[in-house]
Amino acid sequence: MSEWVHPGLLFILGAPLIPLLSWRARQVLMILIPTFAIISVVDMTPGTFGVFEFAGIAIVAGQVDKLSLVFAHVLTIMSLIGMIYALHVERPSEHVAAFLYVGSALGVVFAGDWFTLLVFWEIMAFSSAYLVFASNNGPATRAGFRYLMVHITGGVLLLSGIVIHGLETGSMLFGPIAEDGSLAYVLILISFILNAAVPPLNAWLTDAYPEATVTGAVFMSAFTTKTAVYVLLRAFPGTEILIWLGTAMAIYGVIYAVLENDCRRLLAYHIVSQVGYMVAGVGIGTEMAVNGSASHAFAHIIYKGLLFMGAGAVIHMTGKRLLTDMGGLYRTMPWTVVLYMVGAFAISAFPFFSGFVSKSMVVAAAGEDHLAVVALLLTLASSGTFLHTGLKLPYYMFFGHDSGLKAKEPPANMLTAMGIAAVLCIAIGVFPGMLYSLLPYPVHFEPYTAAHVTGSLGILMFTALGFVLLLRHLDPERTISLDTDWFYRKGARLFMWFAEKPAALWEGAVSRLADTVVLPFLHGSARLGLKVDMNVVDACVNGVARTALAWGASLRRLQTGVVTHYAMAMVGGILIGITTYFVISGG
Amino acid sequence: MIAKIVNFFGDTAYRKRRWILFIVVLVLVFVTDFLAPREHVEFFWDAIPGWAALFGFISCVLIIVASKFLGHQGGLMKDEDYYE
Repeated sequence: MSEWVHPGLLFILGAPLIPLLSWRARQVLMILIPTFAIISVVDMTPGTFGVFEFAGIAIVAGQVDKLSLVFAHVLTIMSLIGMIYALHVERPSEHVAAFLYVGSALGVVFAGDWFTLLVFWEIMAFSSAYLVFASNNGPATRAGFRYLMVHITGGVLLLSGIVIHGLETGSMLFGPIAEDGSLAYVLILISFILNAAVPPLNAWLTDAYPEATVTGAVFMSAFTTKTAVYVLLRAFPGTEILIWLGTAMAIYGVIYAVLENDCRRLLAYHIVSQVGYMVAGVGIGTEMAVNGSASHAFAHIIYKGLLFMGAGAVIHMTGKRLLTDMGGLYRTMPWTVVLYMVGAFAISAFPFFSGFVSKSMVVAAAGEDHLAVVALLLTLASSGTFLHTGLKLPYYMFFGHDSGLKAKEPPANMLTAMGIAAVLCIAIGVFPGMLYSLLPYPVHFEPYTAAHVTGSLGILMFTALGFVLLLRHLDPERTISLDTDWFYRKGARLFMWFAEKPAALWEGAVSRLADTVVLPFLHGSARLGLKVDMNVVDACVNGVARTALAWGASLRRLQTGVVTHYAMAMVGGILIGITTYFVISGG
Repeated sequence: MIAKIVNFFGDTAYRKRRWILFIVVLVLVFVTDFLAPREHVEFFWDAIPGWAALFGFISCVLIIVASKFLGHQGGLMKDEDYYE
């Protein structure tokens, strides 16, 4: 192909058109642009494109190889599915944000230099935050500000890391970073694992995603964490700490999912858990592990999108989001049940569903590397995945006790999008060769051995037995769970308390001191100065008087100046404090 | 067709048949694991037939018990208006 078209640019250039178009034309655009993007990715051949110089930095907008292509394939496919799911949304601003979000995620995937990466990284943060704000209610706005605050911090860390890295190595080309423990290495790694939602930097995800709009959350579930997996695969393959962080993550998400009552927050904790497999794969870093991470990201984007679409469909039709408020919907929403369950079987890695052919590759890579504990813990986490996503959530959402909700099936466009995702989940599971041919390295892995199939079914079905026996203990409770967002949510209160109490007291004490002691003293000494001046003027030389006068005057200026400036600084400080609080907690 | 299948899993009228189906599946899964050939195993437990079933069941119970313990005794679960 002679002309290289950046698929991300299609979305970014398409975004400003959306508000200008009529509703119908907008819907056409929302289908056309992702379709063109898919075609441009399918047509793409490896190489380096879009090279130019900007402000002395060599920009490489299009670094195309097998790794970027596998991610680009799934991101563009998911963008089409997500757009179909969102076709009924009339407000153009949400679509603009989604377009920018998808476009910038693709920008990150093709970025060949750190500068390009950073720019798209930031656009991703802001455009995705809008999908949270668009819910347009108090909790969402507050969660959106917290989401922004965390990602802006991550962006600053990334920027600092990039600057130091650029100065140290003299190169801005995006690639593996030498594992030297330097400041640049640490800063970039932290900013990447923040976006991958590695605990303790995970709370932004589970805090914000359930607050996003029904259609916005579908995009969010797919793009941010998976582009983070992509950049980790590029820059940090074989970093040992990631094996353990990833494994811990897989368990962490599962534990919180037991406690969760909000359906989309439960699913969000399972993003954390599933991305754990990918992060562990990056850490193992062998060809099979990299293949495993990439293929699991591919499968995950589709089935997680499907699960979020299923839960979103229920929220859209019932207006409820807590499992304790749902139940008995299977009678009126059978198609939603079936399509959701396809996603649930896929994430649980049932044979002939997509997760089976991708997740097992990561576990097998851990086995090949003789990481027994990792392999066991990842298997344990997959039991938990089926327990929550495949059993607990559908049981309490669709079956269980009848809540009396009589919701209809969602609109046709939502069902269509879910149908496409479901077909892909099964197609990947039945014909894994399609996915394997896209992977960065040749695949020497056969998922369909008899022992693997019976073993997987054994784990899953006996998990189901445990579920049935312990069902009573799994009833969702009307609680929320403390996660690491506690530190900044309660931290904001501490800051406010400090601004209101000790700082205000101190300010009061200082101004009282100024009013009662300092000011009278200064006035008095000024008067004294004046008096001395007046009394001595007859006896002394004029110069002395003038000096005294000047001294008195400057004293006066000093005292008033100090007090007012101090008060102004205090008021300014309080104002900044209050603004920060409102920004953090969203008023 | 779809509605019928979904109804089978939801309607209490099929409760008994669901149990029978479930037990049949459990037995089948357990038994076939003994028949599967294992020419290449990474860890010793992979060679034990029925291991996966046992591990799956234990994992499930462990996850529920440990999480609920952390939630209730460990203080992770709070009232819904905790942050208000």
